[in-house]
Amino acid sequence: MSIRKECVAMLLAGGQGSRLYALTSKIAKPAVPFGGKYRIIDFPLSNCVNSDIDTVGILTQYEPLELNNYIGNGQPWDLDRSFGGVHILSPYQAKQGSTWYKGTANAIYQNISFIKKYDPKYVLILSGDHIYKMDYAKMLYAHKQTGADCTIAAIEVPLKEASRFGVLNVNPDYSIYEFEEKPKQPKSNLASMGIYIFSADKLYKYLDEDAEKENTSNDFGKDILPSMLAAGEKMFAYRFKGYWKDVGTIDSLYEANMDLLGADPEFNIADTDWRIHSRNPIAPPHYVGEHGELKNSIVSLGCSINGKVIDSVLSNNVVIKKGAEVRSSVIFSGTVIESGAVVENSIIDEGVVIGKHAKVGGNTDGGKKIAVVGRNYRVADKGVIAAGEIVE
Amino acid sequence: MNALGIIFSNIHDSNVPELTSNRTMAAIPFGGRYRLIDFVLSSMVNSGITHVGCITNRNYRSLMDHVGSGKEWDLARKNGGFVLLPPFGEIDSTSLYSTRLEALKTVLGFITRSNEEYIILADANSVFNINFNDLLKHHVAVGAEITLLYVNKPASEISGTNNAILKMDGEGIIKELAIDPRMNGRVNIYGNIVVMKRNMLVSLVSDAIAHGRKHFLNDVIGKNVSRHRVAAYEHKGYYQEISSLKRYYDANLGLLDPATRQALFGTAEIYTQIKDSAPTKYGDNAIVKNSLISDGCVIEGEVYNSVLSRGVKISRGTVVRNCILMKGTITGENVSLNAVIADKGVVIRDRRCLSGADNFPIYIPKETVV
Repeated sequence: MSIRKECVAMLLAGGQGSRLYALTSKIAKPAVPFGGKYRIIDFPLSNCVNSDIDTVGILTQYEPLELNNYIGNGQPWDLDRSFGGVHILSPYQAKQGSTWYKGTANAIYQNISFIKKYDPKYVLILSGDHIYKMDYAKMLYAHKQTGADCTIAAIEVPLKEASRFGVLNVNPDYSIYEFEEKPKQPKSNLASMGIYIFSADKLYKYLDEDAEKENTSNDFGKDILPSMLAAGEKMFAYRFKGYWKDVGTIDSLYEANMDLLGADPEFNIADTDWRIHSRNPIAPPHYVGEHGELKNSIVSLGCSINGKVIDSVLSNNVVIKKGAEVRSSVIFSGTVIESGAVVENSIIDEGVVIGKHAKVGGNTDGGKKIAVVGRNYRVADKGVIAAGEIVE
Repeated sequence: MNALGIIFSNIHDSNVPELTSNRTMAAIPFGGRYRLIDFVLSSMVNSGITHVGCITNRNYRSLMDHVGSGKEWDLARKNGGFVLLPPFGEIDSTSLYSTRLEALKTVLGFITRSNEEYIILADANSVFNINFNDLLKHHVAVGAEITLLYVNKPASEISGTNNAILKMDGEGIIKELAIDPRMNGRVNIYGNIVVMKRNMLVSLVSDAIAHGRKHFLNDVIGKNVSRHRVAAYEHKGYYQEISSLKRYYDANLGLLDPATRQALFGTAEIYTQIKDSAPTKYGDNAIVKNSLISDGCVIEGEVYNSVLSRGVKISRGTVVRNCILMKGTITGENVSLNAVIADKGVVIRDRRCLSGADNFPIYIPKETVV
């Protein structure tokens, strides 16, 4: 058994995800369900395992209980290892006092000793709010080939959307000469995906320096990357081509779910060459009754469907009663849609009951607005939740 | 529950030769995502049994693949856990064991070295969800030395051989145990599950071997009902013995009834191997009625009254009725299937039309291309 790891991954999973509103009032964003049986964190974790990275620190802070429970010992991802494996890293009390994670860089800084235990050459920084399939081994190879101190994964986005991202201005060889965090007038459409590989020594150096500074927000995008660039370190962009979606908002989470549908989906979740692993429920196969009608939908284990389900994504153990209709919606685990209820353009969280003949969501004149019903909420019989409304 | 579990994985293989040509009884797929061993193993785990030995004889590789270390059942333990007991060919023996008694003889060391007070012996040829604590409670309450679990059912539903029919006195103590007698009306049929003290089993087996006996049920228990206090415990819940291909077919389709599913899955969880398939995907032309569908299927055609395992593909224009399609069955376009049992990995080419009958389903062997 090797005594050091070439690359250790650190997964930032502590953010509140406040733009997911009701969906993250009790759970951290990476634990939000996605694509039926999955949760957002399954994607970076599966990417790690499929890229032969077997040591992952998960930095948690906001509402970690469900996330901790979901990760457990990491067995569903084959990350229950004797050396390495998955580790939940929460803020802790130290001799010189204790602080919460003050920013992304500070979260890593407080856990440097975790990384050093494995004495890695490289550290991969990931965030827990993106849906994508990516071979980090290829990115690591590029990092070694260019001899970079830091490599940032980047994707081309439409120029008008670039101002929502950290934008990388690069030379023809993809070396970075400028880094702009959410610029008003982007000069390039190459957006940072929030995935970084650092040569470990450089990471330690800049984290140490950042910790000494007074005027810093302890953030990778705002502080660490700009100061490395300013100091003339070798920084390269690694261009990623493929599906990648930040699911930090209700709209983007909804869109990403819809991207799974269709005969030739934008994002193929059933890719057997790049399997997405997850903690599976203990439930029988799903049942479709005499009145069940399913079109262009994804259905998970344990569901019982006796109504209409069209253009929708259903997590485990969802019950759709006779005469109920679900259109263009995402339904999380254990939710019951009673008979005669109509759900359209909505995200319904876990354990919700939509009463008989209730109406949730719908169409609006000015574009699609997604209705959200929070965890364990009960919509009364004949109750109405308007399009775009968020209840919890 | 302070009991050692022993599962016989293969005793009834000959009842369903089609399904056991490549695997042992315990590894027969059932109910879409399960194998027969899942039911007995989950029942044991849910009853608090943490040490289970599984006796195998032939064709047990797919069973090993399925159970693995036992982690899905929480039986990957340092102490106890799941122990596969492959055949132990002794130096002077020329053949593997052929009876239950001979099988027990070869694992007597394992049983002796265990330290649980009781032992439960169970076969993997039936589908049920039983809390063995109730069985043990009954065993203790009636002061029995041995307790057999039975189900009461019409003789007409019984098929296969080696069925033990029990006759009890007013207290539920067995007075007679008959193998395959002439039957009519309702009978009490032994459910192939027995509990006793572990050291009692050890002495019964050692004694039977010393006297050159051959059959556990008949020679060890049946002939001793007057000598020992042998009680009977009735299991009133769901219990389906897979004693023929027809029974297998009926039991699978029986799960389409919600009350049956509730009876089997509603009381305690049934664990199984996890494969990380994606959820099932329905296309624009899918029509599915009264069917059980596992993960990883792609459905673009029509499915009625059927049970589909993981990764089954139903292409456009294809109509499937009253079928059991095991893992990875692929149907081409405009296929018509009725009353078919397709074993793992069967491929049905475009426009093929196969129809069995309710009382005679067609069986397509593993990995056949039709």
